[in-house]
Amino acid sequence: MIGPLKGALDLIVGDPQADRAVPPTGITARLTVFVAGAMAFLAVFALALSLTAGRVADRWANELAQAATLRLPADAPDADIELALNILSTTPGIADARALTDAEQQALLSPWFGPDLALETLPVPRLIEVIADDDGYDDAGLRARLTAELPQATLDDHGRWRAPLIEAAARLRLIGWLVIGLIGAAMAAMIALAAQASLAANAQVIRVLRLVGARDIYIARAFVRRFTLRTGVGAIGGVLFGIAVLQLLPGGDGTGGFLANIGFEGAGWLWPLVIPLLAAIVAFVATRAAALARLREQT
Amino acid sequence: MIELQNVSCGYGGNPLFSQLSLELAPGSFHFLTGPSGAGKTTLLRLCYADLRAQSGQVLLFGRDAAMLDRDAVAMTRRRIGVVHQDCQFLDHLSIAENIALPLTVADRASEAAGNLPELLAWVGLQAQANQLPPELSGGERQRAALARAVIMSPDLIIADEPTGNVDWEMSQRLMTLLVELNRMGKTILIATHDLTMIRSMKAEISARVLRLKDGELQQAGSEL
Repeated sequence: MIGPLKGALDLIVGDPQADRAVPPTGITARLTVFVAGAMAFLAVFALALSLTAGRVADRWANELAQAATLRLPADAPDADIELALNILSTTPGIADARALTDAEQQALLSPWFGPDLALETLPVPRLIEVIADDDGYDDAGLRARLTAELPQATLDDHGRWRAPLIEAAARLRLIGWLVIGLIGAAMAAMIALAAQASLAANAQVIRVLRLVGARDIYIARAFVRRFTLRTGVGAIGGVLFGIAVLQLLPGGDGTGGFLANIGFEGAGWLWPLVIPLLAAIVAFVATRAAALARLREQT
Repeated sequence: MIELQNVSCGYGGNPLFSQLSLELAPGSFHFLTGPSGAGKTTLLRLCYADLRAQSGQVLLFGRDAAMLDRDAVAMTRRRIGVVHQDCQFLDHLSIAENIALPLTVADRASEAAGNLPELLAWVGLQAQANQLPPELSGGERQRAALARAVIMSPDLIIADEPTGNVDWEMSQRLMTLLVELNRMGKTILIATHDLTMIRSMKAEISARVLRLKDGELQQAGSEL
């Protein structure tokens, strides 16, 4: 552990004499900082998307797994509602069951029919919200009992539309991670290209360094350190900018739609802080490989 | 020290020389002469492992050059000081930093503080220490290149046309410095086509003059 730490410290502190051996190259320096910043900015959004999708998938899975709806015909008498509530309250695994009020049902339908809906003019079924406890209830047993005692009731555990929603959220999370992976690979490729360009531009410097006995690793180190630090600095800028832009997005109440809640929560805020470190590691590996390969080619 | 045995070398399938043999004994002084394009620079490059022979064997300090890996080549070059006609400096570094470069790349930069002032005085460049290479005259640059070549106290100094870009007085001054180094026990190999300079130096030092022509290396005789 001490070895890598010392190596990282040496990389950051560097050797001023060795650094001066390779002249600063303006265009590749600016290009590297820009690419790292842009990629880190995109990575922040991909990360936020992925984490938000994960949170939403978990929330939907938890909330919907515990919720079900018992539906009775619109003309079902109050006695049927009472019977249904009695059945539900005596079923193990059900924490709560209550009939939705007219106002609640009106609120459910208002997105389609508007707030002035006269509920009594429509054949709207009567609904009972069922909340399971953590252990859950015996779905087959409850259905059998309802069939026997209240055959006109229909139990909907939301499974039909819950599964594809959760699947979609899980895939969105996976796509987010894939995008982050692609961003990392693209950044590695661009930094490797910039390093190659810098090495080509400094061919004469490399020749002189070789002439006086510099080892490949000494020459490569000067480029690797430079590109690693530039990438780290660019990525820090990109992450800060990305977080600032995320903060400007309209916020939600935490239970609302997916788009209104894109961002980080709790320990999730640590993830964007990892991006500059990962970017620097990617730059280190990409530049080192490119530099050593290029130096081997030049002889 | 350096030994070439039946070496062939050339470019693009055209050999510049073949079956060439040469031995540089420790403390010896050699001039290598011959017409342009005869292969003098190629021969020198073989001697500091900048080029690999197509056939034959090049022994550098007793080790087969063909068997040296890249790190070993770098280590070998630290035992050889090279002076080029065009000097090959890093133009963004001062003359003092350029002269100290071999120590810097060998992670021995701290030694420069002790060696540099003496070396700068020896080549007469104290006043130019902080100037950049493009700001120096041809002669000053050659002296700086010589200082860089000797700062690691190498066993062998190879100079490729070191007097090609300087006037007669400066070339005499450079040669005097090389003779001083030889008297300190360093092996010297100089490629030059300046026969007048060789004649003038032969009076001062026991030097072997080699002539590379038509792919063959011969010991020059009385024609000099």
